[in-house]
Amino acid sequence: MDSRPKLHYPNGRGRMESIRWALAAAGVEFDEEFLETREQLQRLQNGNHLLFQQVPMVEIDGMKLVQTRSILHYIAEKYHLFGSDLKEKTLIDMYVEGTLDLLEMIIMHPFLKPDDQQKEVVGMTQKAVLRYFPVFEKILRDHGQTFLVGNQLSLADVILLQTILALEEKVPHILTSFPYLQEFSVKISNIPTIRKFLEPGSKKKPPPDDSYVRTVYTLFAP
Amino acid sequence: MAAKPKLHYFNGRGRMESIRWLLAAAGVEFEEQLIESPKDLEKLKNDGLLMFQQVPMVEIDGMKLVQSRAILNYIAFKYNLYGKDMKERALIDMYTEGVADLNELIMHFPMCPPGEKDAKLTQIKERATNRYLPAFEKVLKSHGQDYLVGNKLSRADVHVVEVLYYVEELDSSLTANFPLLKALKARVSDLPTVKKFLQPGSQRKPPLDEKALAEARKVFKF
Repeated sequence: MDSRPKLHYPNGRGRMESIRWALAAAGVEFDEEFLETREQLQRLQNGNHLLFQQVPMVEIDGMKLVQTRSILHYIAEKYHLFGSDLKEKTLIDMYVEGTLDLLEMIIMHPFLKPDDQQKEVVGMTQKAVLRYFPVFEKILRDHGQTFLVGNQLSLADVILLQTILALEEKVPHILTSFPYLQEFSVKISNIPTIRKFLEPGSKKKPPPDDSYVRTVYTLFAP
Repeated sequence: MAAKPKLHYFNGRGRMESIRWLLAAAGVEFEEQLIESPKDLEKLKNDGLLMFQQVPMVEIDGMKLVQSRAILNYIAFKYNLYGKDMKERALIDMYTEGVADLNELIMHFPMCPPGEKDAKLTQIKERATNRYLPAFEKVLKSHGQDYLVGNKLSRADVHVVEVLYYVEELDSSLTANFPLLKALKARVSDLPTVKKFLQPGSQRKPPLDEKALAEARKVFKF
């Protein structure tokens, strides 16, 4: 019997949140070991548990996986969130990579200087509305299906929903001009595993606050 | 008979070079449509050929692939350079992502403001010799095989060898303490396909000089 995956990261979203989303969407229960002190991180590093001395790290199937994308790919493949053939997998890859570029702006946002933060919200809104959302709106409109690729849930749907909800926290009406994305958001949120993840008490992490930012600096500042 | 893949990028390494390396290592001949002016890039965008308005873009097997990781993943799968099962793929992915992180630092170095160049170079050297190269050397030492994963050439070997060339371009002494990596570099460089790519007159691109950087700035507006 497989033991549950174990996630090593601070108690916040950061680069681990996409992994939490993917596992949750796949209906996989997981454990978390939260990094709170530098000593904990050093223990992981000195114990050779981190290939490149960095987190996220996920213990799964006897491996200590690092690098966000590696972990996401492994989960996607294991739990059938990666399409049914190479062409579907490639579409999913492209959509996920595009979405991760947008998500990167959200991940880095709390660590910008306060003066730059408001400007960056404008920047990410523009990128979302001008570059990324139109692509996914058109895909959904053109095939009329619920899911982005192959008429079944994939990593692309999960990461896009994660990103839409994170952006809506900052810019509530960001989907105003995108009726297909609005419907997508509702439908994917209602998938039982994802609905469960969106309920209070789940392992979904709240938006980054000052305490999280402080923890990150404590752990990772040189 | 399939047409040759066609690469759309400017005449420099940037985010396309690892794709050129992988195609070359796989023995795949490819064409390049070089973006030489802002007008060239505008045309690609206006013709709707770039999913997220960005290059790299590779026309291959009837698709217009964007996002360098998606392109690399497709090539690796198609030409059997991605391991034989999920676990090998996970290892290959981790090593590939580590290389990408190091390569990102090296790629941005020419664009560093003059005042920051020294500090940045120190950081690159430190990361290479304390974080990334030791990790790969250790992998080779742990199994004593000729290649990083599965005792067979994979994309991981190609990516690691590519970055070793860049590290040595910065400072040839940086690889001195990594005998197994030096052996891997020699071994992979000696493969007929790679050897051909390393010769003058191939499609391999030189380091960015002042003129090429100025051209790229003009085209990509940064």
